[in-house]
Amino acid sequence: MHFRTQTSPHMTPAHNVGQVMRRVLYALVPGTLAMAWYFGWGVLINVALAVVLAVGLEALMLVLRRRPVIPTLSDYSAVVTGWLFALALPPLTPWWVTLVGVGFAIVVAKHLYGGLGYNPFNPAMVGYVVVLLSFPREMTLWLPPMPLSEVSFGPMQALAAIFLGQLPPGLTWDAITTATPLDLMKTELGRNLTITEIRDNPLFGDFSGKGWEWIGNWFLLGGIALLFMRVITWHIPVAVLGGLAVTAGLFWIVDPDAYASPAFHVFSGAAILGAFFIATDPVSASTTPMGRILYGLGIGVLIYVIRTWGNYPDAVAFAVLLMNMAAPTIDHYTRPRVFGQKPPRRENGGTP
Amino acid sequence: MTEQAHKLHRFHGGLHLPRHKEESTRDPVLPMRIPARLIVPLRQHIGESAEACVAPGDRVNKGQLIGRCDTYVGAAVHAPTSGRVVEIADHPVPHPSGLSAPCVVIEPDGRESWGESRLPPIEDYLDADPVSLRNRIREAGIVGLGGAAFPSAVKITPRPGQTLDCLVINGAECEPYITCDDSLMRTHARGVIEGIRILMQALKPRCCLIGIEDHMSGAIAAMRDALGGDEAHGIRIVPIPSLYPAGGERQLIQVLTGREVPSQGLPADIGIVCQNVGTAYAIYRAVAHGEPLISRIITVTGKGVQHPRNLEVLIGTPIADLVAAAEGYTDEVSRLIMGGPMMGFALQSDAIPVVKGTNCILAASHEDVAPPGPVMPCIRCGQCAEVCPAQLLPQQLYWFARAKDFDKAQDYSLFDCIECGCCAYVCPSNIPLVQYYRFAKNEIWAQERERRKADIARERHEFRQARLEQEEREKAERLARKKAALAAKQDDTADDPKKAAIQAALERAKARKAAQEAEQMSAEKADKEPSG
Amino acid sequence: MLAATLAISTLAAVFGLLLGYSAVRFRVESDPVVDQIDALLPQTQCGQCSYAGCRPYAEAIAAGEADINRCPPGGEATVLALADLLGRDPKPVEGETKPPSVAIIDEQVCIGCTLCIQACPVDAILGAAKQMHTVIESECTGCELCIEPCPVDCIYMVPIAPDISTWKWPFPAGETQSADREAVSS
Repeated sequence: MHFRTQTSPHMTPAHNVGQVMRRVLYALVPGTLAMAWYFGWGVLINVALAVVLAVGLEALMLVLRRRPVIPTLSDYSAVVTGWLFALALPPLTPWWVTLVGVGFAIVVAKHLYGGLGYNPFNPAMVGYVVVLLSFPREMTLWLPPMPLSEVSFGPMQALAAIFLGQLPPGLTWDAITTATPLDLMKTELGRNLTITEIRDNPLFGDFSGKGWEWIGNWFLLGGIALLFMRVITWHIPVAVLGGLAVTAGLFWIVDPDAYASPAFHVFSGAAILGAFFIATDPVSASTTPMGRILYGLGIGVLIYVIRTWGNYPDAVAFAVLLMNMAAPTIDHYTRPRVFGQKPPRRENGGTP
Repeated sequence: MTEQAHKLHRFHGGLHLPRHKEESTRDPVLPMRIPARLIVPLRQHIGESAEACVAPGDRVNKGQLIGRCDTYVGAAVHAPTSGRVVEIADHPVPHPSGLSAPCVVIEPDGRESWGESRLPPIEDYLDADPVSLRNRIREAGIVGLGGAAFPSAVKITPRPGQTLDCLVINGAECEPYITCDDSLMRTHARGVIEGIRILMQALKPRCCLIGIEDHMSGAIAAMRDALGGDEAHGIRIVPIPSLYPAGGERQLIQVLTGREVPSQGLPADIGIVCQNVGTAYAIYRAVAHGEPLISRIITVTGKGVQHPRNLEVLIGTPIADLVAAAEGYTDEVSRLIMGGPMMGFALQSDAIPVVKGTNCILAASHEDVAPPGPVMPCIRCGQCAEVCPAQLLPQQLYWFARAKDFDKAQDYSLFDCIECGCCAYVCPSNIPLVQYYRFAKNEIWAQERERRKADIARERHEFRQARLEQEEREKAERLARKKAALAAKQDDTADDPKKAAIQAALERAKARKAAQEAEQMSAEKADKEPSG
Repeated sequence: MLAATLAISTLAAVFGLLLGYSAVRFRVESDPVVDQIDALLPQTQCGQCSYAGCRPYAEAIAAGEADINRCPPGGEATVLALADLLGRDPKPVEGETKPPSVAIIDEQVCIGCTLCIQACPVDAILGAAKQMHTVIESECTGCELCIEPCPVDCIYMVPIAPDISTWKWPFPAGETQSADREAVSS
């Protein structure tokens, strides 16, 4: 009797990249729903639009690059990219901003570098930075979170705003939009107000922006689920949040009226989303255990530095992209000690 | 029990795998009937091949030496039963390549007669001289039965300047499906323990630790029973947590002693010798009963056979006979694997014989070994690095092997990879990582071979160039000598006045003659011209 | 303005001296690159590169006269190694690459003319005038230089049979191909 041969191991559980990515998507659901609860239907429309565009562009690129379309699409990586990109957008972002951002993410940041696994930068963050720099006005159209907003947009009104740029009669963009807590903190600090004075603004909640802090908690829940599903390891999220909190804490202890508290920094903006979902993108992150900690710390510190002294109120995207650049170098210098070997770079022998 | 718990250590990574051990342990070990034909490969071990010392047509006794091996790293081969040598020829042997190698084919006569071939039993083995024990182990052709098939006599020969601290006995059997060591310990625990005592007599270690995975409660109980609470000899049975690959030599040593075998080194470097329980039993048979290694216990299992079980098999039995003893294939059989599902290799045919190092035949169905999904790009998720027991960075090694950047691969310790398959098992992209590492290792070895060959060729070429040059030079010298001799002759004539006078006279005569001839010729010409 | 000119001139002078000094101090005496190249060549001495042997080819590469892809017996591995050593771009090998082979003399036909012995660059053929010749297989580099001179065409190239000790695991099938093949076969 004759048999076909194959290389070992012969026993392999049925798993694939798609499974990993699908788990990431499940973990994004609570945070996304929380965001929709506070900011309305626009969030869900953004996500849906970005996902559809991402998958469509991915398919197009695969056809152009003559790669198998169905097996690659079923890795769900385009869905994750689109979804993460959409979560960074203000709730009523015009559709063409999403198109440009997703286009950059999928076409330039991912496929021009060789597709999944070969991109040195996080595609969603590249897309976000491109639209942030190109369309600063559109990217600051944040609505006040639900408990503060006077108008509520139904699904049809949100669609009209996103696709046609039409607001319900009697409303103007200036009237309905407001600054994000981070934005407000930055401008007010610029006007030499103290933190205590700034925090009197109704936009602020218990330790961060109203609504924002709760969105952060829901993303945290999803992130912990990812840890338990062993999709990610603890190193990067802990290092990112730790780096951010410790840096913020140091300055806060020195002068609590000039520097916002660590809790404010951790629960504002995209810090938690970034720590669990964006910085952990395995393709562009560091891969050694020690390297992951350094990489995460770098992101955490950079977030604080850019938020405090940089030009932009939030900094997750910039911090992640900067550390993406450093990842290969970090990996090179943080190789773990191989079994039976002495620590690297102390090679001259001797008996154990 | 008053015994205080042995302190266990852990190794990096590892996997909890589905065990699939119950299927083959329901029935006791079945001694197999003698097959119609035995195909005994002459090289069943690491090292040089043995040389056949019988001829086709010869009658052989059971246990008679049929393959002699005089190199240090090598093992002798014996006739598994009495019969007639039919041929000595190349046959497919158990190897991932499916290639053939020299084998002795024996037609058994069914009499099982030992004749004069049994080695003299060493009755007082616990007082015997270590050297005589080592020689017996060498004579009996015993190799590591855990799968690597390294000659045991070499392993237990102390190297100068090394002290032995601990004998580690490997009964971990961490691979799924395999139960041959488990069955051996349950059926022949006494023999295993006696084998261990012989090893201790030969090695004189300070202690002996027997590592057995904690789910093998039957084996642990049987071994404890055989040991009879006798801890005086310093032998300890240590149940270890079931975690693949705890049965790997380096991993087991770390679990039991907390010491790491140095990279590129041997357990002996840290004062440890590791032997498999099957090897210990084979040593007992060889020393106490004078039987060379001619049979062993092999697990035949998987959903591809009707009745998974353990068999006591003569070395050289074709796999088809083992499957028949397990009541044949089921319809589900899809792959035939020698060894376990993690590190074994797939076979092309069941006509291949089993060898000393064969521990398991896994006739696997699709349910046992699902075909891997499509290979996707590496997403650098790092799960491979988390499970790697050698603490390597498998994804980096993969990139280097793929780019054929072998220097870099070696820089990332490619040769510390034990090919356990944990990385490929967890890889979400289904990349055949282990094959990449094997490819890279083979290429590096091949390049090394080619480099050596090129060096020899260069040397020979340069030698030839030098020889040709020398010949050329000698030729030139010879020519020059001849010329010089001639010139010297002429010089000589110039020197001697007498000769010079004769020469001068000769020349004068010649000149006269020439002048006459010239005159004659011109006259003739003048004659001819008018008529012409 | 004057200060700037002075500063620049001083800097230029200092760097010029430094460069000049290091050129003298770190001068590479011999031409080891030829040896390094020669070490990477397979030493078949076959002349398929159009040079008289491996060493002349190495010298030609070092002198920049020859390309690095003219050694078919070395194949891709040699081109890659040379590209790595010399910092040149790897190119596909020029000429056909054959499986490694050895020469075998049909001893029934051989007339003992010694022409092949004279052609063999590594002295791998044994024999004498009017005596049958034979190839020392382990020393044969497979250069084929003995085939041409044989007046009775009794030398054949035989590919080296794969054997267990030299067998190599093949390069695994890559990403997309295997995905395609899965699609085709299922």
